[in-house]
Amino acid sequence: MMNILVLIKQVPASNKVEVDPVTGVLKRNGAASKMNPYDLFTIETALQLREAVGGEVSVMTMGPPQAEKIMREAYSLGVDRGYILSDRAFAGADVLATAYTLAQGIEKAGGFDLILCGKQTTDGDTAQVGPEVAERLGLPSIAGVTSVEPQEGGIVVEMDMGESIQKARLSFPCLVCVDKDVNQPRLPSYRLREATRTREITIWSLADLPDRDKTHYGLDGSATQVQKIFPPTDNRERMNLTGSPDDMAKALAGKLRDLKFVR
Amino acid sequence: MSGLLIHNEKITDREAFVKSCPFGALEIQGNKVVATSACRVCGVCVKRAQNGEAEIVTEEKLLDRTAWTGVAVYAERGMEGIHPVSFELLGKARELADKVGEKVTCLLVGCGVTDAANELLRYGADEVYTYDHAALGDFRMEPYAAAFEDFIEKTHPNAILVGATTLGRQLAPRVAARFATGLTADCTILDMEENGDLVQIRPAFGGNIMAKILTPATRPQLATVRYKVMNEATPRDNPAGKVVPMTLPKEKLVSAVEILEVRPKEKEKTIESADIIVAAGRGVRSKEDLALVEALADALGAELAATRPLVEAGWVNPRRQIGLSGRTVRPKLIITCGISGSVQFAAGMKGAECIVAINKDENAPIFNIANYSLVGDLYDIIPKLLAELGGKTV
Repeated sequence: MMNILVLIKQVPASNKVEVDPVTGVLKRNGAASKMNPYDLFTIETALQLREAVGGEVSVMTMGPPQAEKIMREAYSLGVDRGYILSDRAFAGADVLATAYTLAQGIEKAGGFDLILCGKQTTDGDTAQVGPEVAERLGLPSIAGVTSVEPQEGGIVVEMDMGESIQKARLSFPCLVCVDKDVNQPRLPSYRLREATRTREITIWSLADLPDRDKTHYGLDGSATQVQKIFPPTDNRERMNLTGSPDDMAKALAGKLRDLKFVR
Repeated sequence: MSGLLIHNEKITDREAFVKSCPFGALEIQGNKVVATSACRVCGVCVKRAQNGEAEIVTEEKLLDRTAWTGVAVYAERGMEGIHPVSFELLGKARELADKVGEKVTCLLVGCGVTDAANELLRYGADEVYTYDHAALGDFRMEPYAAAFEDFIEKTHPNAILVGATTLGRQLAPRVAARFATGLTADCTILDMEENGDLVQIRPAFGGNIMAKILTPATRPQLATVRYKVMNEATPRDNPAGKVVPMTLPKEKLVSAVEILEVRPKEKEKTIESADIIVAAGRGVRSKEDLALVEALADALGAELAATRPLVEAGWVNPRRQIGLSGRTVRPKLIITCGISGSVQFAAGMKGAECIVAINKDENAPIFNIANYSLVGDLYDIIPKLLAELGGKTV
């Protein structure tokens, strides 16, 4: 029996955003959203563990009430329970404040053996929230995980360290960040969607959390500040390398060195 | 409390004001506009409003800047010595530290790190703090984070740069959370203000937008940087720095993670996962001649790919075919050799960050999408290029 929590996030459906070069204002059409695609691998990992050893799979997110949409999606995949942490006081949170909020929610919900996070989100792209949540909860953590196998009282995971694979055993409770493409996520089931149509989603605000000090959340609880956003300059040059084959080869080798493709 | 403050009395057109939010976080409730929990305090409504209808209020936090000095680098040890990203971070750290006239320090954690520490001195570190212990041989979170914490408490660095490797990307956030300070991931540009603020610039929203980020009120300021983004420090012949051995109490060396096995990773050989691809097309006249293109791929540590005709001729495995009927690739660099660049081929590779095209026909469509165009015979150019790269010639 394993009590598993998966941290998920609602992200913009499209990354196609532009900045007005004059005003520096973000131009975005609509608020269409979807589940962070990396989370699907994580939910699949959790469901497979539940199928192997039994137990329960919950999901939790910090976000607006509209995050109900991804909770319903999780239910239609087979998730048992959903939590949304939603409060205006959480607005403007960076990684630090987000991780703190989630850690508070996890403490409140209580009793999880294993907390799973995805590799990263497609909007924030930092891959930092998982390890920061683990730190706030004082749990052992491991990221870049490509496989999770259940074992008595814990799990055995493989971590992709770039040039090596590290196989490790973790005892419960612990937090693991799962890589992408580690499994084939299942599709939502119509039957499950119908069966869970009225299943409750727990929504907690600041007043429900153990720490109700507003200054620990949102903008006040954040350590980083986005000063401005601006369009990237396309610094990729386009040019003809001309001359004799020798000249061209020399010029190209020089470019490849400048661009750090060769030393 | 910091956040978005809406001055409803100044709003003349509520609907228009509500629509100004790109996240749909503004709502009309009764006769007032309110921000919901979807608000990200991005400030777009503030900028679009003309008459001060909204503002972002922030509370000033006090920070003693003088207590934190120097730029530190977390030096990562891989299976084969120091990860090269560490030398690049040392190059950037020196540049940042020189702006404020402070020193560059290094944190090195592992088992048997003496040689590595001296190497870091050669790359310009003023001080290398080593945590050298058998229990630190393999990466386990708790003891590594404990060493990092000890290093910060003893040296009080103003800024810390960490390589965005598998290890760095999980160790840095643990440490940042422990000190309740800021960490900015995958910075592409770093600069230092005179007052010691680290200016961090990184791509956001999948690289469509750049964000300038500060950590104004907490220290240390942490940033991760990917490999091959910064320029490597120049090694010196007579390093002047010193190695400072550090120790951790025994209870800090334990971990709930038990390492069962560390094995070298098998190199993936797919064109989809390759950073560099050398692709051959019909300009290659025979199967034997492919050896020339393969030699270029070897010299660059690249994967070989091909166009459909070469795959259909049976010269190249279908798994290496690029194009609509083959694979889609997004490498950092692709060098196309003797490829005209049909629509079908281009569809499978135009997402490459840098495209180099070698082709005899100056009107070949590949030159319309190439960053570097070489009009010429691949049989003339590639041997010269191999000689330039110091690789073997065929």
